[in-house]
Amino acid sequence: MKPFTYEKAQSPAQAAAAVARNPGAKFIAGGTNLLDLMKLQIEAPTHLVDVNGLALDRIEPTPEGGLRIGALVRNTDLAADERVRRDYGVLSRALLAGASGQLRNKATTAGNLLQRTRCPYFYDTDQPCNKRQAGSGCSAIGGITRQHAVVGTSTACIATNPSDMAVAMRVLDAAVETVRPDGRTRVIPIADFHRLPGNTPHIETALERDELVTGVTLPKPIGGTQIYRKVRDRASYAFALVSVAAVVQRDGSGRVALGGVAHKPWRVEAAEAAMPQGAKAVTAQLLAGAQPTHENAFKLPLAERALAAALAQARS
Amino acid sequence: MHSPTIPLPLISRRDALIAGAVTAAAVSSASAPAAAAQPAPPAAAGPRAKLSLNVNGQTHSLDLDTRTTLLDALREHLHLPGTKKGCDHGQCGACTVIADGRRINSCLTLAVMHDGGQVTTIEGLGTPQNMHPLQAAFVKHDGYQCGYCTPGQICSAVAVLDEIKRGVPSHVSADLTARPLLSAEELRERMSGNICRCGAYSNIVDAITEVAGSRA
Repeated sequence: MKPFTYEKAQSPAQAAAAVARNPGAKFIAGGTNLLDLMKLQIEAPTHLVDVNGLALDRIEPTPEGGLRIGALVRNTDLAADERVRRDYGVLSRALLAGASGQLRNKATTAGNLLQRTRCPYFYDTDQPCNKRQAGSGCSAIGGITRQHAVVGTSTACIATNPSDMAVAMRVLDAAVETVRPDGRTRVIPIADFHRLPGNTPHIETALERDELVTGVTLPKPIGGTQIYRKVRDRASYAFALVSVAAVVQRDGSGRVALGGVAHKPWRVEAAEAAMPQGAKAVTAQLLAGAQPTHENAFKLPLAERALAAALAQARS
Repeated sequence: MHSPTIPLPLISRRDALIAGAVTAAAVSSASAPAAAAQPAPPAAAGPRAKLSLNVNGQTHSLDLDTRTTLLDALREHLHLPGTKKGCDHGQCGACTVIADGRRINSCLTLAVMHDGGQVTTIEGLGTPQNMHPLQAAFVKHDGYQCGYCTPGQICSAVAVLDEIKRGVPSHVSADLTARPLLSAEELRERMSGNICRCGAYSNIVDAITEVAGSRA
């Protein structure tokens, strides 16, 4: 790790101001992703602003009938919250499908949203990567691409977003709340929070550098049968090859988002009109325009079959 | 490189790996600038921080480089080597400790982030004369071979039983709204963050099951 100075933040806006003042500063919360990347010198902040002491660790009802999840709520606690288990089962299931018990105990809601890709070329500092060093090139294109994205890719990057939680939040129409150094707040719909790679794959979210996530809101419960189906190389503790977050209503209508296929949680609302017709009809639209490689083309039929399995589970 | 006094036929696997790594480095540095072939200088001294840590019931005052992980603070500064460094990247679970009542990977957190906190390591669970029930069960069921992952497995298992007791669901819990069961399937899923390269998994599950059963 490169040396860094350290401070404990006193308030959300003060934390943002501390990062704004220091161009080499970063926020740290759970640290499970950032410290891993710092050990590899993929991240090398010169100053860390520890936000763990801020009172952002509660889950509260909203006036609209939904839930407000504090940025520091740990993944274990969010998955285990009775209201989440009852009304937002797809979110609880997605969280429990990710990482290990130890990591979920540390990892926070905001940190999970901001975690970086696990593209092996991003992790290999001997190889060019447009995410790690803008403009250096993409080593994954033409490389080993079994895990990589099949939709929304660019000629600069084919990495995937590794989060399970974010896929469930996308299907639930969550929104991300933030604060800036001057105390200004804003709400970013989850659909606009993560970006596609385009020519700037190093810019992964809509956040400004000195903007702190303070929480995530969920709209009031939408009912239905909520399913998160994750397909991976091991039965536990592995990233998704493909995952499906689905909310299916009694009449067959519903919503679906995919993980493991793109640079962001992948949802195309227009494709959901085909839900009553089944998985083939939905994925035909959801994955239209996909540009897989010969190594990851399997993700297209896999996504269809995973959705078919989720729909069958919802009917049973 | 391996010691020249060791006769070649007796070269250890470790030496062979080191020699191999040196050869590979020499080959890969052929086209690199000369400076790249030099060994990396020791890490420069970095900013420091003062903190207090209660470990196994005893409070310690520490003055550490801010980069010090909780794992390194325990092993190198508090001389508690029971907690192991496996991958140092949160993938193997050998460094699992219980911090403020929850199991975590001590390699993926900074000591300074635990200022004022409480940590329980394997040394705090039991002693050779007075073992924790899970330590005794691991011995009885042969829940290890080389033993390197064992402190992490046992710390993790202690916390797993607490998580089940508190009703924390898992990926394999069939009903999210019901209390989780104490099944082998649940234990396997909940212990998946602790890797055992010797493959003692079935005996580890037997050891935890016995302790869980006697507590139920």
